[in-house]
Amino acid sequence: MSVYVQAKLSTWWTILRIALEERLVYRGDFALGTLMRFLPIITQIFLWSAIFAAVNVGSGGDQKIAGFYTIHTMIAYYLLTMVSRAFSSMPGLASGVALQVRNGEIKKFLIQPVDMVGFLLMGRIAHKLAYYSVALLPFALVFYLCGGYFSHHYAAPGVGAPSAQRISVFISSLLLGFMLGYFLELCIGLISFWFLEVTSLIFVYNLLTFFLSGHMFPLDLLPDSARAIVDWMPLRYLAYFPAAVLLGRVGEDQLWTELLLEAGWVLFFIVLSRWMFSRGVKRYSGYGG
Amino acid sequence: MAIIEIKGLSKVYRVYEKQEGLLASLKGLFRRQYREVHAVREIDLEVEAGEFVAFLGPNGAGKTTTLKLLSGVIHPTAGTATVMGHVPWKRDNRYRRKFALVMGQKNQLWWDLPAQESFRLHQQIYRIDEQQYDRTIDELTSLLDVRKLLKQPVRELSLGERMKMELTAALLHNPEVLFLDEPTIGLDVVAQHNIQQFLKHYQQERKITILLTSHYMKDVEALCRRLVIVANGRIHYDGSLGGIIEQASTERLVTVQLADGESIEGMEQYGQVEQINPPQVTLRLTRDDVPGTLSRILDQRRIVDVVVAEPPLEEVLKNVFTAVAKADEAEAEAEAEAEADRSDQSTSTSRTAARSSRDSGGRQIP
Repeated sequence: MSVYVQAKLSTWWTILRIALEERLVYRGDFALGTLMRFLPIITQIFLWSAIFAAVNVGSGGDQKIAGFYTIHTMIAYYLLTMVSRAFSSMPGLASGVALQVRNGEIKKFLIQPVDMVGFLLMGRIAHKLAYYSVALLPFALVFYLCGGYFSHHYAAPGVGAPSAQRISVFISSLLLGFMLGYFLELCIGLISFWFLEVTSLIFVYNLLTFFLSGHMFPLDLLPDSARAIVDWMPLRYLAYFPAAVLLGRVGEDQLWTELLLEAGWVLFFIVLSRWMFSRGVKRYSGYGG
Repeated sequence: MAIIEIKGLSKVYRVYEKQEGLLASLKGLFRRQYREVHAVREIDLEVEAGEFVAFLGPNGAGKTTTLKLLSGVIHPTAGTATVMGHVPWKRDNRYRRKFALVMGQKNQLWWDLPAQESFRLHQQIYRIDEQQYDRTIDELTSLLDVRKLLKQPVRELSLGERMKMELTAALLHNPEVLFLDEPTIGLDVVAQHNIQQFLKHYQQERKITILLTSHYMKDVEALCRRLVIVANGRIHYDGSLGGIIEQASTERLVTVQLADGESIEGMEQYGQVEQINPPQVTLRLTRDDVPGTLSRILDQRRIVDVVVAEPPLEEVLKNVFTAVAKADEAEAEAEAEAEADRSDQSTSTSRTAARSSRDSGGRQIP
């Protein structure tokens, strides 16, 4: 390994380590915040139980919504989107970048020989690692308690347990989902180089993501015309895609194509964020500072 | 060759300007009026390696803008500058590893972590090898007397202690050029003195080049042989501390103590009366007039004591700043008149309003 690469790696490692330490300073707040994220799943279970109870009246049970979702599949879907969101959500990233531009903290990255995009990425990885370390146990518990939904889903005729290939695409899509979430939200934050105040923009982005990523409901419930548009957007990789892969909603032959497409989106936002950063800094140093 | 060379450096900011009131806010949604602020105007400056230079000037004089230009945070509107042969705003990593900027009002350390964690990060970012790192930390923390505080979260440190940590972080990579923007702002007298002593010692040891901006005359008197006075974006004086007093000491304050029973009436015939504090009267005289006037007073009045003094440095600077503000006001007026000739009535009124608001700000020099 060249000296240069070694120095780079050691820098990234230090950033990661320090960001992780910082993350663990406020233990109480952190633990509580982590646990609170499990609350919504309970509401979802109640909500969909009521909906399916209404749908199943008179039909003797196990009606499917959108030709795929029984009550078991639906709950399994929400449990899986919790996992994909645990990778792809980036709380406070865009607003944090906007704040740094506003209050001039961004100068640090112009003065010191360190790359902001990489620096913030390390910070995010640290956030995620800290989060998983705390959330792993509750996640395991919830999945253990809700295991019945999965076994019902996979036991249904024509479904079957996911293949090894499916599982590896699922895991890859989670990791790519993290990258996509990071670079996409970074781009939103970098808009603050042009418009100092981006709070409403971030609000709109969060709202769109909530609907169009599949976080609120499976994208299969959308009407065909809307679905066609959503399929051309990158947002569905943030929540819907990994869940759909593991539940068998995506065909075996499409798995790798879809994954490649997602990688393409990641690459696109990496390039876009780099471009925005260099343009933004140019503008910043030309007008403000 | 000079380590810092600045030629014709200018920076113009465009700021959004809003008239008072709701209606104006609504108008501002559609059409914004911008005003140009000349933060730095065609500055020329050369600094030799190992110099300790003070930038002195009122708020908004362009001191910080100059430091931002030299540290590459902003692009100039015109002109050139090189520091150690690098053009700062190209932000070459080779340049960024050789200088440091410390801002008294900004915190660069990780707030919730002990300072030593931030230092470790700097070690990585600036590629400082382990031995040198240990040696430097050791030296700096003992000089600044903060070794015990290395493991304490930065948020729990006092302002003075934090400033010492900021300095340590900035000096870890052994910068050849150091920019200090008001490093002692908000500090108590003791902490100010400590920082001054440290900077003095460090600069003499290492022979690094330091550019310092400050409002405090004490900083400047303690540290710098060379003084650059900046006001309204221009350099108005560049030379020694003694020089500025010499230049401005065309005036003397002459205090005479009159004998008992001597009337203080009519003292104004000798010169401008500065202060009357019977039986003392202070007159402001030009240096050349002092002997003649004194002999006239001695002839005509009974005197117990005479003291002739230079005006204090603060006053000298205040005069310089006020004179600059006046000259700029006149210039801006001429500009606005020329502008009014060219554009319609409404625009010129807003221009005038803008100018007068800025000028009143400019006059509030302490």
